[in-house]
Amino acid sequence: MWSYLRRRILQSALPLVAVVLGVFVLVRLTGDPSKLYLPLNATDQMRADFAARNGFDRSIWDQMGDYFLGVLQLDLGESLRTGEPAAEMVLRAFPATLQLAAVTMLLAVCLAVVLGSWASLKPNGLADRIVSFFSMTAASVPDFWLAILGIWIFAITLGWLPTSGTTGATAWVLPIATLMLRPVGVLAQVVRGSMVTVLGQPYIKVARSRGAGQMHIVVRHALRNAAAPALTVAGDLTVGLVNGAVVVESIFGWPGIGKLMIDSILQRDFAVLQAAVLVTALAIFALNIVIDLGYALLDPRVRPQAAKRRRGGAARPDKHAEVLTDA
Amino acid sequence: MPDNDASTVAVLTDRARRGRASGRPGLWGLLLRDKVATSAAVVLLLAVLTAIAGPMLFGELAQRQDLGSRNMPPLSLHLGWEYVLGSDSLGRSLLARIAFAAGTTLGVSAAAVAISAIVGSIWGMWAGFHRGWRESVSMRIADVIMSFPSLLLAVVILYVFNPSAANIVLVLAITRIPLYLRTARADAAELRSRMFVDAAQNFGAKQGAIVSRHIVPNVLPTLVTLATLEFCYVMLAESSLSFLGIGIQPPDVSWGLMVAQGRQYLADAWWQSVLPGLAIVITTVAANVLAAWLRLATDPGQRWRLQAKRRRRLIASIAPRR
Repeated sequence: MWSYLRRRILQSALPLVAVVLGVFVLVRLTGDPSKLYLPLNATDQMRADFAARNGFDRSIWDQMGDYFLGVLQLDLGESLRTGEPAAEMVLRAFPATLQLAAVTMLLAVCLAVVLGSWASLKPNGLADRIVSFFSMTAASVPDFWLAILGIWIFAITLGWLPTSGTTGATAWVLPIATLMLRPVGVLAQVVRGSMVTVLGQPYIKVARSRGAGQMHIVVRHALRNAAAPALTVAGDLTVGLVNGAVVVESIFGWPGIGKLMIDSILQRDFAVLQAAVLVTALAIFALNIVIDLGYALLDPRVRPQAAKRRRGGAARPDKHAEVLTDA
Repeated sequence: MPDNDASTVAVLTDRARRGRASGRPGLWGLLLRDKVATSAAVVLLLAVLTAIAGPMLFGELAQRQDLGSRNMPPLSLHLGWEYVLGSDSLGRSLLARIAFAAGTTLGVSAAAVAISAIVGSIWGMWAGFHRGWRESVSMRIADVIMSFPSLLLAVVILYVFNPSAANIVLVLAITRIPLYLRTARADAAELRSRMFVDAAQNFGAKQGAIVSRHIVPNVLPTLVTLATLEFCYVMLAESSLSFLGIGIQPPDVSWGLMVAQGRQYLADAWWQSVLPGLAIVITTVAANVLAAWLRLATDPGQRWRLQAKRRRRLIASIAPRR
């Protein structure tokens, strides 16, 4: 497993470096950064001062070296708005997003497992149709519109929930409900698909013939084996959650990293944006590694002992292991 | 076939003469038989017609302000037909604004989907056909783009370049290319190793002929389905960007931007953000339904699900004569 994990780490590190480099180069490609930072009516002297102060008058290689040296020392520059270190602002906003994402994904996975298993018991039955319809709607509704609809109905008309902010448990309801919709829709279909396959396997028939109850079969025998595809998709969806977080946080005034990004874009605060992108990329990198570890925990065939046994023994067609080594 | 009697053969050869093997209807026939998919296609067609004709028909009306009749609720018909969906905070007809915005929203989405589909498919087929280093390099590039949330990538790029319609199209196209690239590569690589491609090669077919006659027709259905599905995604992405203020900029108008503009009047004029959002939902639902149908209709292994009724009728039409 370790060689597999090492390869995955190297593979995931490539996008990380590419994104950070890409953002760095992009802003310098557009020409004079002082045009981005300074007001339109700035004088040439101001521009020259600005360039000298920030080192923009040096070669791009020197700048890149400085930037990466700074990143390694956790120095991500300072905010143009507040003069605060960008790293501090980002790290202050990060937990808020992490909490939001964690609660959303937890609820989404639970709900999707229930919905997906329910639908899989009778393919093309009523439950299956309801869940399919729900998934299709979830994929079609824009999250920002759903958020606004929620504010209009539950906050303004009924007055049950606050329109924005983070105080109190009620403030969590609308942001989480909005963020959850898409992951639940997609995951429910994935769980359904793999459950239908697993429930058709002979060992389920064996379990049934031994007199095991429906609940026991679904929970003990089927779900565990159906979990691997769902886990992969859940990982991708968590990465995609950042998209939703940007929208949802800026609508509900959630002081997370998505709102910080949009704010720093609208106010042209580049250092903060760059720091936020870097931290997000790092978080995604870490998430990918955790998902790979989760795979190993879930599927005994990927564990090191099993790998060793397989290497020693006769080659056996092993679908999951193949998928993993190919990836 | 043991009971290979004349009438069965006659029915089948008749059908074959009409160009279709054993009563297999074409895509159009299949579409018309499925009511849900047909209505989705009609809705989508209407949306496209609105997008094309809207700016011409409603261009002037969408800009006409009338402060006397601002924030009118929907069905304010006493002010004239143009206020059937109400008016916005400047007294402009919401119906005209939505029809006008359809041009921007659908135009940007369609252009982005077309660019990403064409570039991604060609690139993917090229990579899958040649394998080797071309394949690995292409896949790594796709990994890099896909590993980062696409909306975030668009946000960062639009920060650096100005958020004009052309740039939005480009950004959305770039972030969605990897999807087609991966799909086309996988399909092309799989087809490449199939027997009929080997056979064509042994018969001395040129590479261009193999690609155009054996690879492209087999990959195309998947890619068309993917593009339909992607249309929803890209439309939602464009709307999100416009909603956040980094997409389409005023005085241009798109559905996402209208939702954002109506947001501050939510308490007393809900229709200003809810109705443009509804337009987005209706269009994306239609595209999603159509994509789901296309996936079934273009997959030979799944197609029977749509033909089940038809096949029973075919069997019934042959059986009595036996």
